Amino acid sequence: MASTTPDPTIASPRAPKAPPKTSQKPGLLARLFRAKARSGSGLPARKMIQVLVWARRLIQGGTFALFSWLLFHTAFRGSFASADTRVRLPLPVEGFLLADPFVAAMTLLSTHTVYRGLLWSVGLLALTLVVGRVFCGWICPFGTLHHLFGWIFPSRYGKGNKRVESNKTYARQRVKYYLLYFFLAAAVTGSAIGGIFDPICIAVRAIGLAVIPAAQYVATAINALVGLTGVRSLQVASDSGQDFLAGTVWQEKQFYFHQTWLVGSLFIAILFMNRFIPRFWCRVLCPLGAFLGLFARFALFGMEKDHSKCTDCNLCLVHCQGADSPQGGVKWRQDECHMCMNCENACPEDVIKFRFLPNRKSAITTPDTGRRTAIATAAAGAALLPVTRVADVIDANYDHRVIRPPGSVPEKEFLERCIRCAECMKVCPNNALHPAFFESGIEGMWTPILIPRIGYCEHSCVLCGQVCPTGAIQKITEEQKLGVGQKAISIGTAFYDLGRCLPWSMATPCIVCEEFCPTSPKAIWVEEADVPRRLPMASADGGDPKMETVHVQRPHVDPSLCIGCGACEKVCPVQDKPAVYVTSVGESRSKTNVILLENTDYNKS
Amino acid sequence: MPLRDLTRRELIQRLGAAGLVLGSAGAVARARWDHGAGAGPAAIDRAITRDFRLSSAPGDLPELVVAKNDTDPAALVRKAVEALGGMKRFISNQDIVVVKPNIGWDRTPIHAANTNPRVVAEVVRLCYDAGAKHVVVTDASCNEPNRCFQRSGIWKAAYDMGAEVILPATHRFRTMRLKGEVLDEWLVYTPLVNADKVINVPIAKHHNLAKYTAAMKNWYGSLGGRRNRLHQNIDVSIADLAQFIQPTLTIVDATRVLMRNGPQGGNVADAKDMHTVIATTDQVAADAYGCQLIGRTADEIPYLKMGHERGIGTMHWQTLRFKEV
Repeated sequence: MASTTPDPTIASPRAPKAPPKTSQKPGLLARLFRAKARSGSGLPARKMIQVLVWARRLIQGGTFALFSWLLFHTAFRGSFASADTRVRLPLPVEGFLLADPFVAAMTLLSTHTVYRGLLWSVGLLALTLVVGRVFCGWICPFGTLHHLFGWIFPSRYGKGNKRVESNKTYARQRVKYYLLYFFLAAAVTGSAIGGIFDPICIAVRAIGLAVIPAAQYVATAINALVGLTGVRSLQVASDSGQDFLAGTVWQEKQFYFHQTWLVGSLFIAILFMNRFIPRFWCRVLCPLGAFLGLFARFALFGMEKDHSKCTDCNLCLVHCQGADSPQGGVKWRQDECHMCMNCENACPEDVIKFRFLPNRKSAITTPDTGRRTAIATAAAGAALLPVTRVADVIDANYDHRVIRPPGSVPEKEFLERCIRCAECMKVCPNNALHPAFFESGIEGMWTPILIPRIGYCEHSCVLCGQVCPTGAIQKITEEQKLGVGQKAISIGTAFYDLGRCLPWSMATPCIVCEEFCPTSPKAIWVEEADVPRRLPMASADGGDPKMETVHVQRPHVDPSLCIGCGACEKVCPVQDKPAVYVTSVGESRSKTNVILLENTDYNKS
Repeated sequence: MPLRDLTRRELIQRLGAAGLVLGSAGAVARARWDHGAGAGPAAIDRAITRDFRLSSAPGDLPELVVAKNDTDPAALVRKAVEALGGMKRFISNQDIVVVKPNIGWDRTPIHAANTNPRVVAEVVRLCYDAGAKHVVVTDASCNEPNRCFQRSGIWKAAYDMGAEVILPATHRFRTMRLKGEVLDEWLVYTPLVNADKVINVPIAKHHNLAKYTAAMKNWYGSLGGRRNRLHQNIDVSIADLAQFIQPTLTIVDATRVLMRNGPQGGNVADAKDMHTVIATTDQVAADAYGCQLIGRTADEIPYLKMGHERGIGTMHWQTLRFKEV
């Protein structure tokens, strides 16, 4: 059927009862609210498909809202629980990560185990085996963002034929498979660095560490401006708004994250790519999409095409999300398809049909990747670890700033597990945990480190372990952390810079560090001393300044009691470079990064 | 004759546009010109203080009350306030009252680092009974506030009594001119000072630097910013703060007192049950009496002497009308 004009004499089984086109011009309301007249034969999509498309939109909105809600609740907000109730988050805020089979596969390859809740990822795999990459088109919150921006950004610029061209299948879509092979091979050798590219990790990291704090920063600035107006009612309203946001979206205080400009800029850049190639991220880079694409070949649900009926109107391509060749004349790419159903919904002919157990006459189910390139990229991934490890930060010259959260497993095992999802950084109530930049080498990029100057590790808090989806930070109890009936968990040791310490070298009382030291007995103890102080003015006769005697308390650290929480460093009043600081040495997870002989136990497994 | 093919109209338009841009740029530059002749008009050099004290003190009522010998903290509070003339003396109908306990640390009540929640709850209840319109309970904590408010037990206890519990949020701090000796300009926690009446409900405890702290030191919780710097001159800063905020009433919780390792404690053995509550309108006297609980005298504590000399109150509590109940 080459003609595009409808022929009313041909009875179609699903032809509308009323003639599709009338000579009358529809009324204004009808024009506003009715879908555009369908071109071509104007056959409407099956009711089921129309329902599924709307169901998809609702589920996309719903899962994005759920993801955001869980992210907003990745924070401890106090409650009316009794004083002795253990402080835990009431929600499984890391749920999306637990369902992520790419994370499960990486950590399975690196640790040979599936950690606790990551078993949920089997459910997502099962879903893929039934209906293909439904996760990408229906569930993934990052995918939904790209869907939205792929719709908004190119709206003027990428219309018509440009849009059709950009939604065709291109060789660049292989890149995500190569990235997947690279990261899986890297995982086999012992690095979960692929988390840098995991879409859920990116969404948590970028929204949690950059978007939310930046939004709070702006809101605070606006609140300050409102404060300047001096209008009481406006100020009260603005303050209430701030209170509401602090209790729901962010927290009472502004959070800052180390080097987060890069996380934020990359996020904006990758969203902006939608202007040129809709869903650039999903089609070209996403290793989770590639992982699901590998399994989509087994999917029971799929597309059948009747090429003979295609009129090359390309409406399917206008709406295609996965760039999976839904149009006639070429084979459908099952591994690329997001199962969004837009193509069948848009098709005005009887070409595209989604159904269970379709014939695969016009479908390609496996990724179109060359074997040699696949092997080469996997080999590159396997080479990553030796290349980064012969650099100097892990085995030799371990960086003193790499202070890991309490409950972290030893460093090499940590790198096998940490997917840089930033859940721990988001949940840390004191803004103590930050994405490392190059402190632990390029291999440890965006893994969590504690920067005590920004925030210290709250003594009784174990939330970072609770939210860690991969066990890089173990789910320790308060008793383990505080050392009730056992040795307390230490993440480092504090040291004094005597030349900068007020009581030690400036004859000035201070000991805020001792006051904040949370251990019992305190790891910081003070030595009482009467010290000379020179008065800051010449004596009355013009001679040398007079001397006086001042009583001070000079602080000392007991390294066998210090847990490295960094409270002392956080509160040290020497503003720029503190007089007491924490380094990673003495951390209980390491048998080599120690100071004291008594803590060295090479016989312990 | 027009220049080349430029019409007169276009000439005027172009010259006008260029002139307008130059004129506006010049105007903006002139208006915002910093010609380096120094700062503008000097800021108002007046100290801001918050005095919530009552103006009258009936001669037949005691000025310093100590309630003892009852294991129920609420009963001690009731006895003490009753002896001072009852809460109705301090709270007028429809008052907005701020109750300021010590919620500084992530410690449970048994550690005696924060005010006992039952003391706080009883104060809130007495305020509402006396006709208060709204009671706010808040503090700017040292440790993470959510944790401090929950684990101190104060959040629930105060909420159950109908108080509004406000967590210290960044936007609630505004810079104020305190004009103290060491505290000049500082971020002040506004919910504490925007009220009709303020009741200070500190806990008495050992403090390794200031020796003993309760009432006067509790105003550290009204500050934001880097208050750790204040420890270099802790006595003067305590006196400055006590001068800045004069509460309507001070009720010191000494039901359980931290004897060592203050102000944070952490070891149950560091605290000792004392079953005492001190109520007074004189915050200096409250501390002068209270420091004896941990074996100190007022002369040993410099900030008491400063407070006395500045006329905030008296360090010689014996000179006040005293009553033990």
